[in-house]
Amino acid sequence: MKYVLLLFGTIDDVRCGEAGPEGAVEGPGPEAFMAFDAELEAAGVLAGGFALHDPETAVSLAAPAGGGDPVITSGPFAESREFVGGTIIIDVPDIDAALAWARRCPGVHGGRVEVRAIAEY
Amino acid sequence: MGTERGAPGDRRPGECESAAPGLAVRDVLGALRREDRSRLLAALVARFGDLDLAEDATQDAFAAALEKWPVTGVPDKPLAWLMTTAARKAIDRLRRQRALTERLARLHVEQEHRVARAVEVSPADPDEIPDERLELFFACCHPTLRVEEQVVLTLRYLAGLTTAEIAQAFLVPVPTMQQRLVRAKRRMRVTRIPVRVPGSAELPDRLSAVLTVIYLVFSEGYAATEGASHLRTDLTQEAIRLARIVHRLMPTQPEVTGLLALMVLIEARAPARTGRDGMPVPLPDQDRRTWDRLLLEEGLSLAQQAAAGGPGPYSVQGAIAAVHAEAPDFASTDWRQIVALYDVLVILAPGPVVRMARAVAIGRRDGPEVGIAHLDELSADPALAEHHPFHEARAVTLELLGRPEEARRAWVRAHALARNDAERDYLLQRWWDA
Repeated sequence: MKYVLLLFGTIDDVRCGEAGPEGAVEGPGPEAFMAFDAELEAAGVLAGGFALHDPETAVSLAAPAGGGDPVITSGPFAESREFVGGTIIIDVPDIDAALAWARRCPGVHGGRVEVRAIAEY
Repeated sequence: MGTERGAPGDRRPGECESAAPGLAVRDVLGALRREDRSRLLAALVARFGDLDLAEDATQDAFAAALEKWPVTGVPDKPLAWLMTTAARKAIDRLRRQRALTERLARLHVEQEHRVARAVEVSPADPDEIPDERLELFFACCHPTLRVEEQVVLTLRYLAGLTTAEIAQAFLVPVPTMQQRLVRAKRRMRVTRIPVRVPGSAELPDRLSAVLTVIYLVFSEGYAATEGASHLRTDLTQEAIRLARIVHRLMPTQPEVTGLLALMVLIEARAPARTGRDGMPVPLPDQDRRTWDRLLLEEGLSLAQQAAAGGPGPYSVQGAIAAVHAEAPDFASTDWRQIVALYDVLVILAPGPVVRMARAVAIGRRDGPEVGIAHLDELSADPALAEHHPFHEARAVTLELLGRPEEARRAWVRAHALARNDAERDYLLQRWWDA
């Protein structure tokens, strides 16, 4: 059974607690995510995933329902405080196992990890 | 179990030839549906790993029994018969599904394996079916489900209530309850919630979720019995029935024993809780001679067992209920012991309502001056400000202190916050008396 861990950050804290210019908050950096990846790999449950560049660099396309040309805008949906920073796909027996991994994901610190079952078509 | 109870030879001459066996079968099936349906369902979920399939197959098996037993008589081991039949029906359904949909072909191997297991287990062991309801309890009360979903799943699959009965009990429209059940089942299936007893590391938290659901059902029933409507399904009894199942399967978990003790002891007071006029009778005024002796004895023994297992939120609440149960009348209540138990409870289960109950107990122990001081300390708490028993407790204490004006104001506040007519009538009466 495949689950995706959607790693969310908030716009106000794009670096997700990672030490900013003031160096005040020390959150998980890229090394923490790489270490987590390696752990998943070693356990044989890693089934994919990717990291994304800053939400600032996103381009959004949206057309009204029923047709029309899509409007292109810079950045993610302006109203949303959250953005997807990356995904990790794991292949585990059930939701309990998925949650056990998600609990250890560095993304939970200063961000939010959403666990979703992947639909197989 | 008698042999072939519905068989023609069983009937005395003069009995209605056609109706009598049918009625007997209906009675037997009714009892089985009530007591053992959840067991059957749990065993099928364990074999087939699919709640919907298990539910349909259980339904099929009962329908088959209703058709066949009036002719063949009730089998020697009706539950085993139902299990074998349900397993066959489940396999039939799987075959049909498989023939119909391409998608299921991918599950072929897994299903074959499960089917093999089901066929192998059930007819070979017709005496008993294993009680796998604990697994089902943990699945229905999985922390990824919303609490109200946990409640409806537990009542549907373990208490065996219909969706309409659950809707009626919670005063929710039937379609709303149906939607809630459908959503919960979908979540169970899509996210693949495991049907198993959690390992020892997770067990305390997961068990506590199961007990919370059972106690929620009980509390809902308790509040309802104080109301005007007596038409609602008796949720207090359903909760006790559920707790008995968990207790039978986990006899050494003190919190399970404690919860059962607590509910049984509260239920024992039911005959005294409502006056002839339908108004609630508070604990000090209850006629303790009408308390249910059998339930009291059972509850006291359970509370003792629970306490021996170490303190937990439910075992301590069970112990508090036991202290009340042991007092022949309100005046001889051992308030020192009750305060001591609340001292433990505020640490184990901190919260405004527990702090309020502790303040009331201190007032009973040390007198109303001390009591009102403790209660007034809590009046800044926003949760208690909206909690009518808090204002009721203040009113009672102020009356004891001979401060009728303040007492009346507290009764008015309590009246405004009351949840049902009987409570409101009662509080109005108390305001009037003050």
